[in-house]
Amino acid sequence: MERLAPAGAGAAPSRLLPGAASASARSAVSGDRLFRALLRAVGLGFVLVMLAMIAALAIAAWPAIRQFGWGFVVESNWDPVQESFGALPFIYGTLLSSILALLIAVPLGLGAAIYLAELAPAWIRPPVGFLIELLAAVPSVVYGLWGIFVLAPLLRSWVQPFLGATLGWLPLFQGPPYGVGMLAAGIILAIMVVPFIATVSRDVLLAVPSQQREAALALGATGWETTRVAVLRYGRSGLIGAILLGLGRALGETMAVTMVIGNRPEIAASLFAPGYTMASVIANEFTEATSDLYLAALIEVALLLLVITVVVNALARLLVWSVGGPVKTVRE
Amino acid sequence: MADGIRVLSLSAWFGSQRVLRNVFVNIAPNEVTAIIGPSGCGKSTFIRCLNRMHEVVPGARADGRVLLNGEDVYAPGTDPVTIRRRIGMVFQKPNPFPTMSVFDNVAAGLRLAGVRNRAALHEAVERALGQAALWDEVKDSLGKSGASLSGGQQQRLCIARALAVGPEVLLMDEPSSALDPIATAKIEELILELKKDLMVVIVTHNMQQAARVADATGFFLLGELVEFARTREIFTSPRDKRTEDYITGRFG
Repeated sequence: MERLAPAGAGAAPSRLLPGAASASARSAVSGDRLFRALLRAVGLGFVLVMLAMIAALAIAAWPAIRQFGWGFVVESNWDPVQESFGALPFIYGTLLSSILALLIAVPLGLGAAIYLAELAPAWIRPPVGFLIELLAAVPSVVYGLWGIFVLAPLLRSWVQPFLGATLGWLPLFQGPPYGVGMLAAGIILAIMVVPFIATVSRDVLLAVPSQQREAALALGATGWETTRVAVLRYGRSGLIGAILLGLGRALGETMAVTMVIGNRPEIAASLFAPGYTMASVIANEFTEATSDLYLAALIEVALLLLVITVVVNALARLLVWSVGGPVKTVRE
Repeated sequence: MADGIRVLSLSAWFGSQRVLRNVFVNIAPNEVTAIIGPSGCGKSTFIRCLNRMHEVVPGARADGRVLLNGEDVYAPGTDPVTIRRRIGMVFQKPNPFPTMSVFDNVAAGLRLAGVRNRAALHEAVERALGQAALWDEVKDSLGKSGASLSGGQQQRLCIARALAVGPEVLLMDEPSSALDPIATAKIEELILELKKDLMVVIVTHNMQQAARVADATGFFLLGELVEFARTREIFTSPRDKRTEDYITGRFG
């Protein structure tokens, strides 16, 4: 009884226990405040770090921005000797290799996720899921090495000649088969992002309530129809999120791509031709950037990469909203 | 043809655990049949065996014969998909498809069955929503998400979804246990209306509900059908001591 504060002692009454403003309740309230302030600082801190990063990059890139203006993003000559810099081939290379990677990785990743969540017998799920997760843990330089010594020769002697012979009337599959190039980069990236897409999608599908599956089954849906009508539709915003995670990973991947893309700053229609990405050029040329303008140009590439990543994510977020927004929870 | 459902020696298991023991029962057409019993007595499993929904749970299996208007639901080579189109089901918790509109929810079963004609879909959706006593409430908002309705409306939406494919039987697994009394009263009114067109088998926890809507009632205990009789008999002069103990509230 002594612990009850006298009425009108100025203590803020606890919101949980109205009228029982004990000393412990008071300290709980101030602890609550401290906790909230701490979390707010952490949350806003990330925004500040992001803004500071953009600002720092913009300041460091300023000489190049002033010198080349919009020409930097629309011109395709990259000549450090003449100090003339146009980053379009890198932007093109980054976007094309990532799109290529998604074209390959989305069907594979979603397929694996549907298998693991809907079809696979219970005993097979943990080992297969574990192996897919393990793919995400392989260092990217190992993927790059595999790309150089296994994938590129395979592409050069088998895949590219075959594609050239069958689909050679498309500009995409013309030109000499080098092995290394845009196609190799896209395939390596696809292998690297599949685990992200597959494991996140699997978790999204497993989170679909079983009542949704039963609803479809009871209407006379077959197994595949149940997956399509009840499961995939219910989880679609989460699935788009999984694909975005893969895309973010593909846009920024540096090491493996640098090792197999050929590193030539050119825009070619053919997927067989070598290319270059933004991340690769920064990694390759940073140590040789002797002049201030060269360094500023590379930092501007970094700034552009950051901006492209943000814009792609924003666009994708819009896409999620336009397909109906996050799943509304069913009212009880 | 319409001689209802005859269940012959039906048993069911989850893994090695037997949850239904040799159930024999005749369920008459154009009647409402209630299934009552304490939790875990096998009443839900029983109706899920009727449309072969029991077997979708991993490790679950059933054995015996279920004759739907003379045709064995468990005959070898029978596709459960075709059975489920003839026997609709409504679940304990309303489970509309939240990403679909009210219209698309009701049309879902027809679309699965391959109906593409817009006029036919519209007609069937309006009829089913009318049968489920929901048409007047949603006719101006057919494009709204199925999840935006109230709980009682959602359950009637699920009933409409099941009715749209024109089933011969409607199974209801505690359809009003998640609803308030007013929504429950609407569902019960609806059940009495529906029995003009089809058989209804309803599992209920609520004995008053069974007494209000059902023509016949079956009492399950520990996986056994203890007694099956006209509802009035079950509640006024049960033959089995266990039935009497249950309905007088001595257990369960």
